[in-house]
Amino acid sequence: MMVRILYFAGLREAVGRSAEELALAPKMATVADLRTHLLRRGGAWEALAQGRSLRVAVNQRMAEPHTAIRDGDEIAFFPPVTGG
Amino acid sequence: MTVRVQPDDFDLGPEVERMTRGNPKIGAVASFVGLVRDVNDDTGVSGMTLEHYPGMTERALEDIVAQARARWDLADVLVIHRHGKLAPGDRIVLVVVAGAHRGDAFAACEFIMDYLKTRAPFWKKEQTPQGERWVEARVADDRAAQRWQ
Repeated sequence: MMVRILYFAGLREAVGRSAEELALAPKMATVADLRTHLLRRGGAWEALAQGRSLRVAVNQRMAEPHTAIRDGDEIAFFPPVTGG
Repeated sequence: MTVRVQPDDFDLGPEVERMTRGNPKIGAVASFVGLVRDVNDDTGVSGMTLEHYPGMTERALEDIVAQARARWDLADVLVIHRHGKLAPGDRIVLVVVAGAHRGDAFAACEFIMDYLKTRAPFWKKEQTPQGERWVEARVADDRAAQRWQ
């Protein structure tokens, strides 16, 4: 399945890109699976390891580690928000 | 009910006028304007850049406004949040809430700001004498939002 991944703010700078299209194995079922997959890239991708301070949205709605991901989803990783 | 995310400045007076003209059922308008300060955490700030998530940011703000309308009796709500480069003194965010009475208008205005600060995807990067830095989320903002739960 294909997903579109977005990165914002400090995380975008750390991994050096704002977006990527990624082909995933069908067994990749949840947000947590995807994060583990990206962490295996090592190096700058360790930025995704920042546990509780990492936020994830699936199709522009806030998500949890157990949130399911499907073909065609837009999945965004970002730090806690600081607007207003 | 209107949500706008834009690089351009806004003007409170005309926005209130547009909202209230021709609607004599409105007896109260509460508004909040957030500004860029020239200091944060004891460090001078010469400017900031606001990043957002086009699409999700608007959707998150609309969801917050919908929650406010479900909790209080409101005639109209306007939220404008800027993005891009801003300087100290610049306006960042505007919330205007109109209703029949002040109680609902005040409460909803504060609720919307508390939820915006913790739920709407915006990120501030400050320019300081030591270089650029991403603003860290504050525990106080989380506590302010939790008051409403």
